[in-house]
Amino acid sequence: MIRELKKSLVVSLWFMFLTFPIMVIKVDTLQRTIIWRWKNLFLVGIGSFFLSIVWRYLIERKTKKAKQKELGLEGASFVSKVITNPRYSRPLYLAFFIFILAFPFLFSTYQTNIMISALIYVMLGLGLNIVVGIAGLLDLGYVAFYAVGAYSYALLNYHFHIGFWTALPIGGFLAALFGIVLGFPVLRLRGDYLAIVTLGFGEIIRLILENWDSFSFGPSGISNIPRPSFFGMELGVKGATIYIYYLIVVMALITIFVVNRLQNSRLGRAWLALREDEIACQAMGIDKTKTKLTAFALGAMWAGFGGVVFAAKTTFISPACFTFLESAIILSIVVLGGMGSIVGVVLAALVMILLPEYLRAFSNYRMLIFGASMVLMMVFRPEGLIPSVRRKYEYNPAENQS
Amino acid sequence: MEYFLELFLGGLSKGSIYALIALGYTMVYGIIELINFAHGEIYMIGAFTALIVSGVLSFIGFNKLSILILATLVAVIYSSAYGYTVEKIAYKPLRGSSRLSPLISAIGMSIFLQNYVLLAQTPDFVPFPELIPEFKWLEPYSSIIGSTDFAIIVVTAVVMILLTLLIKFTKIGKAMRATAQNQVMARLVGVNVDRVISMTFIIGSGLAAIGGVLIGSHVGQINFYIGFIAGIKAFTAAVLGGIGSIPGAVLGGLVLGLTESFGTGYISSDYEDVFAFLLLVLILIFRPEGILGESTTQKV
Repeated sequence: MIRELKKSLVVSLWFMFLTFPIMVIKVDTLQRTIIWRWKNLFLVGIGSFFLSIVWRYLIERKTKKAKQKELGLEGASFVSKVITNPRYSRPLYLAFFIFILAFPFLFSTYQTNIMISALIYVMLGLGLNIVVGIAGLLDLGYVAFYAVGAYSYALLNYHFHIGFWTALPIGGFLAALFGIVLGFPVLRLRGDYLAIVTLGFGEIIRLILENWDSFSFGPSGISNIPRPSFFGMELGVKGATIYIYYLIVVMALITIFVVNRLQNSRLGRAWLALREDEIACQAMGIDKTKTKLTAFALGAMWAGFGGVVFAAKTTFISPACFTFLESAIILSIVVLGGMGSIVGVVLAALVMILLPEYLRAFSNYRMLIFGASMVLMMVFRPEGLIPSVRRKYEYNPAENQS
Repeated sequence: MEYFLELFLGGLSKGSIYALIALGYTMVYGIIELINFAHGEIYMIGAFTALIVSGVLSFIGFNKLSILILATLVAVIYSSAYGYTVEKIAYKPLRGSSRLSPLISAIGMSIFLQNYVLLAQTPDFVPFPELIPEFKWLEPYSSIIGSTDFAIIVVTAVVMILLTLLIKFTKIGKAMRATAQNQVMARLVGVNVDRVISMTFIIGSGLAAIGGVLIGSHVGQINFYIGFIAGIKAFTAAVLGGIGSIPGAVLGGLVLGLTESFGTGYISSDYEDVFAFLLLVLILIFRPEGILGESTTQKV
């Protein structure tokens, strides 16, 4: 007990030392004044003391669990029991679905708008889930495809007055095309190189949009993008919001359906196999290039759809909407939700987008918490909030005897 | 000709900074095969620490030379401490898990550190004091090379030589090379692998801090975001030269710096960052093992 406390004391002293210059001292070089914030030092000391106790407890629990798993004593967790058992999960899904359907009538237009962006992130998360979660290709430039979708609607509309419904498939198609174009050269690379190249690609797209004024109107962006019309009728702001809301609900449902079907298809299992072991997978006769490219193209396509809806919803886009931060948010949605788990990704997207909206007081700390939770998730629960359940086939001798 | 020389030397000094940061990437990758995404942030923290220390010292009234030395020293110590802590928190518990996990954890760490500095210090650009003195005898050549550029090139060269000596001739250097070759084998012959990994992070972070101080005085302003772009570019440099190889990182840094310098000088300055990324993509397509790297076949 005393040893534990001593350890924590050392940790807290270390962190007080570590954070001293950045947390405590603030230098104003222009006015030549120095602000000392001793309170922060105190807070860091106390905080790290308790966190280190929690940290060590969790690490211990994790190793204990790993040992149990080795002995085969592991029982399914409560959440995964509920999810896998249709008797409990179906009413749950149904209630959630009814809530989503009734949402615009229960809450104001402002709330509906927030929900729309959350649902866009559901789509993006599920799209990235194909690439990262199922196929195991770490894509850090996912926002580039989102930008392609948004800009293709905005530009097509500006130059050729093409409507939302025509632009939607075009945006998706163009994004998928970009996915293939990017995917082709980088597929030979190992996972970590892929991450950097996709990151670079995302930045290139953004820089081009920012600098190529005659094509994309530069940093000032494109405004006055029309909202989708309802069978030729122009709707007011409120009507259009509700319309877009149901549109995105339907699209999110289609996404969930498609991703779910894909996951258990031949292609989906090929992705899973590629994620686990590439060489063994090739030995089994799976075409590596083709399988990976489809993952890239399909993932990018959903981002393209999401982009078109985003442009129609905000009616204004600029390169500043498509920074690396967006990619990081989408990635953390996938990671937090549980890689490859559809329910998890949907839940994580709603939590990650809605929570900061309603906790305005903490909005400054939003990215700090995102970053920290990514690290903590990887250390303590790499399978995510709701781990994906792989379909298993079990042989039950009792049933076959009759 | 003078314009060419100016671009060449400018590229050389820029490339030296990339090389200093790239060394951290390459050393870590060589030993635990992880892209340490948070490395750029370590460099940023080094620059910030130097800024804070020099601010405090100049307030007290130290003279310029002692400020330079003390600020650099403290920056190196703090960056090393951050590098060490990041490894202990975000990477060490993940040893032996899948390849993707430490990478995601590294990205999380990078976002965390960026926002930590943003919240604790400032979201704006802050002016960085001129730490490096003007060299009088360089004045006749001032149209070609500034004192800061000169200092950067010299400091980098010295640091490289010291690092090479460290890795070639000291005991810890030998242990590092052994760990890079085969971790299990190194452990069997009595190398404390955990200590070697910590040491690698410490040395790499220290080098990044030197880079941070140099670039701060070169550009004249810093903010919390400088680590991100510099980190990607340094990684590009490391890949360019062949990741895991120390002379490769230096060569890659210099090539990248020169490419950017000539690209912006002769083509267009709007696309400075695009050149770096294009170079990265091209290298990865045509020579993924880098200029000096050895191609390895993946084993089952």
